Amino acid sequence: MARFIIRRLLVAIPVLFGLSVILFLFLRLLPGGGPAEAILGQHATPQLVAQISATEGFDKPLYEQYLTYIGRLLHGDMGSSFIDGRQVADTFLIRFPGTLELTMGAMIFAIGLGIPLGRLAARHPNSWIDAVVTVISLFGISIPVFVLGYTLAFVFGVQLHWLPTFGQLDPRLDVDPVTHFAIIDALLAGHWYVIDAVSHLILPSIALGSIPLAVFTRITRASVIDVSNEDYVRTARAKGLTDRRVNDRHIMRNAWLPLTTVIGLETGALLAGAVLTETVFTWNGVGSWVVTSIQNHDFIVVQSLVLIFAVIFMTVNLIVDVGYAFLNPRIRYS
Amino acid sequence: MTTPTAVAIAPTARASRGLWHDALRRLLRNGPALIGLFFITVFVLGALLAPYLSPYDPTIGVLSDHLQGPSLTHLMGTDKQGMDEFSRVLYGARISLTVGVVAVMFGLIGGTIVGALAGGAGGVVDGVLMRVIDVLLAVPGILLAIGLVAWLGHGEIQIMLAVGISYSPMFARLLRGSLLAIRESDYVIAARSMGASPIRILTRHMLPNALTPLIVQATLAAATAIIDVAGLGFLGLGPGDPRIAEWGEMLTDSRSFLQSAPYLIFFPGVVIVLSAVGFNLLGDGLREALDPRLKR
Repeated sequence: MARFIIRRLLVAIPVLFGLSVILFLFLRLLPGGGPAEAILGQHATPQLVAQISATEGFDKPLYEQYLTYIGRLLHGDMGSSFIDGRQVADTFLIRFPGTLELTMGAMIFAIGLGIPLGRLAARHPNSWIDAVVTVISLFGISIPVFVLGYTLAFVFGVQLHWLPTFGQLDPRLDVDPVTHFAIIDALLAGHWYVIDAVSHLILPSIALGSIPLAVFTRITRASVIDVSNEDYVRTARAKGLTDRRVNDRHIMRNAWLPLTTVIGLETGALLAGAVLTETVFTWNGVGSWVVTSIQNHDFIVVQSLVLIFAVIFMTVNLIVDVGYAFLNPRIRYS
Repeated sequence: MTTPTAVAIAPTARASRGLWHDALRRLLRNGPALIGLFFITVFVLGALLAPYLSPYDPTIGVLSDHLQGPSLTHLMGTDKQGMDEFSRVLYGARISLTVGVVAVMFGLIGGTIVGALAGGAGGVVDGVLMRVIDVLLAVPGILLAIGLVAWLGHGEIQIMLAVGISYSPMFARLLRGSLLAIRESDYVIAARSMGASPIRILTRHMLPNALTPLIVQATLAAATAIIDVAGLGFLGLGPGDPRIAEWGEMLTDSRSFLQSAPYLIFFPGVVIVLSAVGFNLLGDGLREALDPRLKR
């Protein structure tokens, strides 16, 4: 197992190297004259361009700039924003907990609802229950998160006044941002503030979780039907095991295998989906930061965030592969 | 295998003609796929006939008529500039469908070239191309498209390219996988032993047999591409010309009217969903029609 992990980490190195080159060129080859001009946009004056080019080293030869860029990256320096002057890494640490909270909320919604729905459909294949579940998953993958987000906000926020439609916490509450996880901070502040934090999380989680919900439902259904037709399931039933035991020990254990892969892949995709969801619900996370940075021509932030997203995505995929090997003793990576 | 050659050739010839014929027959018997085809046809007709069907000019607003609810004069109401929402939805179909479908075409062409080179050539070429694909795949989903639009700038072509590039790794991987699977199959070995050139083997023998999963995937990708294009418009990375009606941008413009004019969110939202549903149903139907073994 250790050898497998090490080999996977080694494979990641050329990918990260390639990505760093592309992202480096992304900033240097921005249309509009040069990187300094692109960042400054309408505010570009010859003096400002010269000043930024000098401080950022845009006037040096490309290979020299790349070496500096890589050197800084390896020291954890991802540059700083041109808008507020703060280090990307610092702002990231403040905003990432929000995105993580949202991603986890969406995952809990998608797994909690998707797997039971898939199992239900698999138990009654080609019945009306199956048809309803199929329609739910079809709409899950066909509704853009921003359309679903606004629909939920309209129904449960504007019309029914049941749930808040923007932000992570009621701004009137006195909550110190200690961990930047709204729920944990609210818990620390006491007074049942945590209920407010959770209620803010519900609608964004459903909007973001709609696609994984559909995917998990489909995969669970297919996987459970597949496994149910296996010989060992028939043997287990023939032995006289209870339905429950066959379901839990024989079917679900094996049906979980393809699911783990998909859950991992969807977790990575959720991070990207957060870009849209956070914009809909004015959620203070990394996703909405990407959008405002692009709108503000803050390209150094964009460059760093794409790299961070990629590293997270690759890490999640590695964890999934390792988890898969753990769960499935038939597969032993050598 | 002892059958005389003349007899052996005849069924193969008929089978190869019959594959598409049978697939089409299965597709036309598939209810959900027909519903999907119906949605797509309605939207395509709406887009093509927009100048004849739309009651108003989608680019001219009458300010005194702004934010009117749906009525007989304005079927889907009017937006904040008094433009007729129904006309904009119709004209929006032109942009959103064309950009989405052409983006998938770009991705399909790029992915096919890369996948065919990698799967056909193997060796070093395969290794290098797959590492490039890995780099592109390392950036999750729509983020790659967002980054590319930020770099390429606003415009329809830029969006098509950005979404297309973000889809091409998927197609390249898929085609390469299929090609690798059939590389050592009997008919490829037979063609090779008869001295056919690698290009001929690839284009005449391998590609036609590896295209079915690509066609299915491209149809399904059209659904997500329409959503992604609308998403880019929603984030303010759309065509960039406010006069152009684009479904995603129409949603962004209506954000502040969620309370007073929810229909401005409802109608563009519904058409995006229904066009995605259409391509998803057709894609699933195609998959079942082209590979009946998959049907459960």
